[in-house]
Amino acid sequence: MLSKTLHISSSPHINKGVSTDMIMRNVVYALLPVVLFAVYAFGINALLVITTAVIASVLTEHALCRWSKQESTVSDWSAVITGLLLGLTLPPIFPLWMTFLGGVLAIALGKFVFGGLGYNAFNPALVGRAILQAAFPVAITTWHPSFLEDRFVSISKSVLAFPFAEPFVDGISGATPLSAFKFDKVTTDSADLALGLISGSIGETSSWIIALGGIYLIYRKMMDWRIPVTILVTVFVLSGILFLIDNQLYPSPLFMLFSGGLMLGAVFMATDMVGSPITPLGVLVYGVFIGILVVVIRIWGGLPEGVMYAILLGNALTPQIDSLIRPKVYGTKKIKV
Amino acid sequence: MLNLTANTFKHGVHPPENKEETNGLPIRQFPFAPLIILPMQQHIGAPSQIIVREGQEVARGQLLAKANGYMSVPMHSPVSGKVRKIANVPVISGQMAQGIYLEPFPFSSQEVIEGNPIPLSASPEEILQGIQDAGIVGLGGAAFPTHVKLKIPEGKTCEHLIINGIECEPYLTTDHRVMLEQADDIFMGIRYLLKVTGAKGVIIGIEANKQDAADHLSGRIPKDLPVKVQVVPVKYPQGAEKMLITSLLGKEVPSGGLPIEVNAVVVNVATTAEIGRLLPHGQGIQERVVTITGPAIRKKGNYLIPIGTPLRYVLEQVGASENISEVYMGGPMMGVSASNLDISIVKGTSGIVVFGDNDIKKTEKIYPCIKCGACVDACPIFLNPSKLGILAKFEAYETMAEDFNLMDCFECGSCSFVCPSNIPLVQYFRLSKGIVRKRKAALQT
Ligand code: SF4
Ligand code: SF4
Repeated sequence: MLSKTLHISSSPHINKGVSTDMIMRNVVYALLPVVLFAVYAFGINALLVITTAVIASVLTEHALCRWSKQESTVSDWSAVITGLLLGLTLPPIFPLWMTFLGGVLAIALGKFVFGGLGYNAFNPALVGRAILQAAFPVAITTWHPSFLEDRFVSISKSVLAFPFAEPFVDGISGATPLSAFKFDKVTTDSADLALGLISGSIGETSSWIIALGGIYLIYRKMMDWRIPVTILVTVFVLSGILFLIDNQLYPSPLFMLFSGGLMLGAVFMATDMVGSPITPLGVLVYGVFIGILVVVIRIWGGLPEGVMYAILLGNALTPQIDSLIRPKVYGTKKIKV
Repeated sequence: MLNLTANTFKHGVHPPENKEETNGLPIRQFPFAPLIILPMQQHIGAPSQIIVREGQEVARGQLLAKANGYMSVPMHSPVSGKVRKIANVPVISGQMAQGIYLEPFPFSSQEVIEGNPIPLSASPEEILQGIQDAGIVGLGGAAFPTHVKLKIPEGKTCEHLIINGIECEPYLTTDHRVMLEQADDIFMGIRYLLKVTGAKGVIIGIEANKQDAADHLSGRIPKDLPVKVQVVPVKYPQGAEKMLITSLLGKEVPSGGLPIEVNAVVVNVATTAEIGRLLPHGQGIQERVVTITGPAIRKKGNYLIPIGTPLRYVLEQVGASENISEVYMGGPMMGVSASNLDISIVKGTSGIVVFGDNDIKKTEKIYPCIKCGACVDACPIFLNPSKLGILAKFEAYETMAEDFNLMDCFECGSCSFVCPSNIPLVQYFRLSKGIVRKRKAALQT
């Protein structure tokens, strides 16, 4: 005789089997090759910076959840992503104490104050990075050559600097390919750029490895391909037109694609689901907007690199895009705004 | 607007079909249970009115309760036996409702008593009356009285009669078997339906995973009937009336409107077969085809089960395992969880899907909405379930209804199915719709 109490649930009683923590975990997988290459290129310093950023983010997330008496959300992996992305946007010899501070602020001000995962208007890693940029303008533009002989044995003094001590300058300030072009009109070979054989921030160097991570996520249907594609196409087309107008004044479109943080930003940061529009058409507008801003900031703005601000502005525009661009509801005539 | 993705609707999802275990099994007659429990409300509308007394002996097919008004249907006895008790019976919601307990005579036959036959030459009104008298409701699961649905409103015309053989719910193979085994009944039903609707053409819509049924029916279309079988790609929720109309006719049913607004009437294929089977004999519904399946069932199959057969008896007969944990009446996408095993098979029961303790149904942990957009890409009505879900949390029901078309949601479950954060979106929307309806009603009085 069957006499069990039955479990009741609301329909539907099955689901696709893709969960949010699974998506986040896969983003981490996709980022790992980028991290590995960065460590290969910049050595032990980069490893320390990335690790510190991740630890800071995860600890902050855990502490804030505890403090606000919620269940810890560390297991959804989103804090790990924030830490990895923050680490990858910093210069390879960025002082660890600043890195740690960046991780704390990214989670606290970029995510927690908005209400945690899903409610953050901006990409938390970029919020952290933007604050660091404002607070430590020199340290954050102090670059370091890649593939140095001693990169696996020596730790830069700058990395281990004590908090608030005068930074040791053993890097080179302002010598990334983008700033070299912007301020001195020196171009770097695009092939070297794409392969990562140049200096830059930790994860900005090898565009191909970043693109591969993106392709993996797109293949797993865990990333909206439209975002990186529209951003990259917009940047390419716009800078291509400028290049055709004057190839002395403006950089080549390939150089634009493969330099700076564009690939990392377009593939891993602009695609943050929370800060990007929800409809396919909205995503197109968002991508084109970010692409235009990247070109405008890089060429006419006061900064050599504009990807970070372009994405933050794109995030800021997202709620407007979502409320303006709405598909026509089935069986209705006009679109409500 | 030009429909570029012709032959199907836009959006929707592809849940695993899980039909292969039962779609090859012929319909089998189920034995009579020792006790039949018949709730009086098995349809949308007013409960049927009981006209028998306790202790009375009844024959299989005899009228037990009459329709209570236009928006109601009568109930016939599924067995020959004795009225044991007229009292409240358990229903799926976990509550009790008025009903009849019937005790079948031992070894009672499957013979059904004849009533007043409704010939094809009868007038449309007589046929509609006959459909009501037979107690026919939508057998696809909705259980809406069929005669009400078939009544063409003043000033409207029906061009297309659509026979719904889509059966897009995973696991269910009821309609599939009916199409393979009851072709004659279906075409007879279509004759009656053509008469009452005045339709000029008939399309039988079938999904590509039932090609054998499509071929079977195509080969048997009577020469004098304007019937076309149309096979459409497999996609959930294509069996929903609106989606099916879009797939077959390329038109959208206006928001809040009925299919007749685009000159169409949609009738489920099993309902059609039942009309064709019952009307020539003036009989009423006594049984229906039910797919019984799921990981926790040993003797899966398609069974012809007397209405009112208790669920517990059904599950014992088909060898349900001891550790069953969830029982869905209907498919896994839109079916309702049974709260207990004392409820019975009703006219709208198209399937019973049973899961055991160890069968993974879904991951349970709920995360916040990460705005991934999967729900937006899934919703066949083009709503924004993410936004609606957030608004529901803030109890902003008016905004949901007025600015975000909540009332157009028909609870198909596509959004919840794809949501990686496992947000119970459909549950929110069902509750929100209820609240909006109540508030509207309160305003009107
Ligand atoms: S349940 Fe409602 S909101 Fe969700 S997909 Fe179906 S119609 Fe859209
Ligand atoms: S599918 Fe779920 S998590 Fe994704 S946008 Fe919709 S509600 Fe949010």
